[in-house]
Amino acid sequence: MKKLLLSGNEALAEGAVRAGCRCYFGYPITPQSEIPAYMAKRLRQVGGVFLQAESEIAAINMVYGAAATGMRAMTSSSGPGISLKQEGLSYLAGAQLPALVVNVMRGGPGLGNIAPSQSDYFQATKGGGHGDYHLIVLAPFSVQEMADFPHLAFDLADKYRNPVMILADAILGQMMEAVELKNNEKNRLIEKPWAVTGARGRPQNIIRSLFLKEGELEAHNKLLQKKYRIMKKNEVRYQLTGDPDPEVLLVAYGSMARVCMYIMPRLKKIGVRTSLIRPITLWPFPYDIIEDISKKVKFIFVLEMSEGQMLEDVKLASREKCPVYFYGRMGGGVPEPEEVLTKIEEVLKVESKRKNYKIRR
Amino acid sequence: MMRIVYTKPKSMKDVPTHYCPGCGHGIIHRLICEIVDELGIREDLIGICPVGCSVVAYNYFDFDMIEVAHGRAPAVATGVKRSRPDKVVFTYQGDGDLASIGMAEIIHAAARGEAFTVVFVNNAIYGMTGGQMAPTTLLGQKTTTTPFGRDHKMEGYPIKIPELLSSLPGAWYLERVAVNSPGNIRKTKKAIKKAFLTQIEKNKFSLVEVLSPCPTSWRLSPVDAIKWMEEQMIPYYGLGTIKDEGIQVVREK
Repeated sequence: MKKLLLSGNEALAEGAVRAGCRCYFGYPITPQSEIPAYMAKRLRQVGGVFLQAESEIAAINMVYGAAATGMRAMTSSSGPGISLKQEGLSYLAGAQLPALVVNVMRGGPGLGNIAPSQSDYFQATKGGGHGDYHLIVLAPFSVQEMADFPHLAFDLADKYRNPVMILADAILGQMMEAVELKNNEKNRLIEKPWAVTGARGRPQNIIRSLFLKEGELEAHNKLLQKKYRIMKKNEVRYQLTGDPDPEVLLVAYGSMARVCMYIMPRLKKIGVRTSLIRPITLWPFPYDIIEDISKKVKFIFVLEMSEGQMLEDVKLASREKCPVYFYGRMGGGVPEPEEVLTKIEEVLKVESKRKNYKIRR
Repeated sequence: MMRIVYTKPKSMKDVPTHYCPGCGHGIIHRLICEIVDELGIREDLIGICPVGCSVVAYNYFDFDMIEVAHGRAPAVATGVKRSRPDKVVFTYQGDGDLASIGMAEIIHAAARGEAFTVVFVNNAIYGMTGGQMAPTTLLGQKTTTTPFGRDHKMEGYPIKIPELLSSLPGAWYLERVAVNSPGNIRKTKKAIKKAFLTQIEKNKFSLVEVLSPCPTSWRLSPVDAIKWMEEQMIPYYGLGTIKDEGIQVVREK
């Protein structure tokens, strides 16, 4: 198949169009502005809707409206804009509307900067807005996955009637790689009998998240939780790579997984058997596989562009079966392979001095 | 032989509403349903009700409805109308919702000339949350958050929304009406119908502001509330057409 050289943002936009997305609403913010620019041209070609909203708040609510009518609709932004969209995300989750929201993460908090970061992990995976809800969160690590994941995201969103977030970062948005674009013309578009399209030959449809009668909201929450349990059971995705019998487990997602993959052969050369778990779904998180491997390794090493957000989930998963070490940089600092390698070597020294330095099996 | 001269509109459910005695929402709901029946648009209609006393209007309207966040109805309506341009779309918003938290959304929807209809119910107060000051609260009016009366030095002046929107070329038809008397209720119906026709015939933005009583939060009897409307509200706001670009014009290409 023909390969194209595309930036991550362009690949994601094209992937979304090929996944049947016909409605895009957004507001400019770096480092994702290539997505609306691409959509402005491309959606007109396919008879879709592109609209630059007056704010991120308006954009997510336009998505809410389009999604309510059954369309595949999306918006994209970065940290500060995603914060503004949290109200809308909570409403989408509460009203069970499928939609795609893309966060090309930049440094925070506040206005921060426009450099790469992974500091919106908590916001994406632990709720972000008000109420007991979850988004499905997908973490691409290549331009190819930037192109492929919109399709997966829309399918999952439609299947579960739940908003899905693609959590990328400025590196993935801006970098260019060769991409194979898949033709998804035969989209698995499912029937949406719940959509508001005019009550023609059927009873009235209502999209809502308000349940005032006693017990009604609790029942609605239980229904949502049941759905989340099914997602946890069926939708956990991760990549496991490296030595089949590791003594060190690396855990990293997105662009930081690439840094890990780069240093793994170097670790092998100095005689350290390493494998990497790259969570692809950050929610639902691959707790089980990490727990399994944590029984076998000397330690886990987590790499993030944050102060250690996914680290908390890795610690939960490991159930203290082995020590969990962390290295991360914040505010746009990108860990270089050499510095990560140095950190791992330091940990190896510390760990080799332990009395019970044995591989548990 | 007997003849039926008055009946429940088909697009209105046969249920009691939760509105307080003397509230204007019930009248306005009924007018909308009568118009929907008369225009035969029930099966192509999508209504949008944001946070406020009328957030559960879908319990009374028997057509497709979306309940949305506070102030965001014009953005949601934009998403609906843009993705389904063949449908008839309206928002039903209160004054706190439209003129305060949703000010950006309504101005930009009007500026873009979005082809939906806005029914803007102004009762000069936040009813649902228990009677706080709204951007439309009159000077001197006492509310729970202006216990000494609204003072322009502290809280500024009440906002006239249709006048504010009238400078925007995208705003096609803007009118202010009131539901204080049978005559004005008939005028209200005429205006809302014209607003829907502006959408259907011209594919343009229309807004009708309806001055409406809120006896409970005004701390007045329903009769005194109507009197207060006539003595205070209507003289300040003024009734009539604020802008009308006409619906008899040939449809644009």
